Amino acid sequence: MASPAVVRRLGKPAVFLAALLPALLLVADTLRDRLGANPIETITHRTGWWALTLLLVALAVTPLRRVTGWNGVARYRRMLGLFAFTYVVLHFLTYLVLDQFFAWSFIVEDVMDRPYITVGFTTFVLLIPLAVTSTRGWIRRLGPRWQRLHRLAYVAAAGGVFHFLWLVKADTREPVLFGVALVTLLALRLRRRPRRAAARAPAAPARSSKPVEAAS
Amino acid sequence: MPIRRPADIRSSEITDEALYRDRRSFIRQAAGIAAAGLVAPSLLAACDRGRTAASEEPAPDDALTPFEDVTTYNNFYEFGTGKGDPAKHAGSLRVRPWTVTVEGEVAKPGVYDVDELIRLFPPEERVYRLRCVEAWSMVIPWLGFPLENLLKRVEPTGQARFVEFTTLHDPEQMPGQKRRVLDWPYREGLRLDEAMHPLAILSVGLYGRMLLPQNGAPIRLVVPWKYGFKSIKSIVRIRLVNRQPVNTWQASAPNEYGFYANVNPAVDHPRWTQKRERRLGEFRHRPTLPFNGYADEVGRLYTGMDLRRNF
Repeated sequence: MASPAVVRRLGKPAVFLAALLPALLLVADTLRDRLGANPIETITHRTGWWALTLLLVALAVTPLRRVTGWNGVARYRRMLGLFAFTYVVLHFLTYLVLDQFFAWSFIVEDVMDRPYITVGFTTFVLLIPLAVTSTRGWIRRLGPRWQRLHRLAYVAAAGGVFHFLWLVKADTREPVLFGVALVTLLALRLRRRPRRAAARAPAAPARSSKPVEAAS
Repeated sequence: MPIRRPADIRSSEITDEALYRDRRSFIRQAAGIAAAGLVAPSLLAACDRGRTAASEEPAPDDALTPFEDVTTYNNFYEFGTGKGDPAKHAGSLRVRPWTVTVEGEVAKPGVYDVDELIRLFPPEERVYRLRCVEAWSMVIPWLGFPLENLLKRVEPTGQARFVEFTTLHDPEQMPGQKRRVLDWPYREGLRLDEAMHPLAILSVGLYGRMLLPQNGAPIRLVVPWKYGFKSIKSIVRIRLVNRQPVNTWQASAPNEYGFYANVNPAVDHPRWTQKRERRLGEFRHRPTLPFNGYADEVGRLYTGMDLRRNF
């Protein structure tokens, strides 16, 4: 195992590169014409898959920290969340530009009438304030409200799961697995509730990007 | 006096010369493959007879979808639900020997070896648009013979009103059947008059070659005015029946997939629009045409029917 100092120094760049890798591979596959017969569909599916995956990875940080006692992992949470948002934006832009090419009438119809697009679009909108308020400044300004606001990440992940589930024709295995992962993470999180409620008494002003951990 | 053009040939559908020359290259390609013993000689002979069905030629802006795309982008859940899965996994399908049982409300039921069918009904080339219910489309040069030729041979009785088709059920050869994504075996159905329509073919090849397993080898249905899922693959049984059969996708989601499944831009899938489609290889969507552009030929089959209800 690498020493704590090395992890501290190289951890963030490593996570950054790892989270960027799917996008780099997508670019590489595009340049080499390796996206198959329906490239727009491939780009749409891959950006969407990674958006949901990284959102769940970001949500797994705190449970992982509690289960393993490895507190250092919390340092990566914001970066992972912002990468998840980045893939959501890429996914949305793929839809807007490559798939629809700004066919606004069809886009409006999609968002209004197609439940999986309604929930997907809502999820995208929901994540915008979370991305905007991810800075230290906003964490300080919002205080305890920051934590409540950022619980919306779970709602967004659920939105992502339903977006996926409602678009598949018959093979629901993958979206169901995402759903199971999300429910598991949520359960791990809620399990601590009673003890936390007792310890919460004076809600300490959030100083860091991980105010949920104030109780542990 | 108005001059009525023949219903079966539209000027827009007569193949341009470039496409025709291209056909010659398929035939050359086929000749090469036949030399390697991969193509039944009858298939080739039929192909070399040249154009037999001008009516089915798509308009000149319907360029053929490349062979590579036709054979690597497939929905064939028997080999997995990803578009690339059939090309990866369909090698486990044994396409010979292969028999097709024709039974039910017929005077002369029988079990036909697929090679016998090819001998009995020499395949001809048909260039058809294929519109998937998922809103993408291709243009494919099939080799096949009209389904009606086989049906007439077995002599449907007065009781026969529908035709039910069944795909092979063998999870060892079709590993996707190990998961119950759909209610195996895959089944499809047509009304008898639809099945007897000259545009409906049983296909045994494409691009001048034998069908590859991912495309439904060794024999499949092609009904170009209906969504792709109607064109059932790797058929082992054709049964003429009195009652309207339930097709697999209809059983899976009755509010989304009907029995008729005619391509219809006016009736959306509950979860996405059917007004337009992406032709593979094109960036912008194209409008989807009623009956996939074959309305002149098949529209009369549905006179007086509410196609919104019978989707």
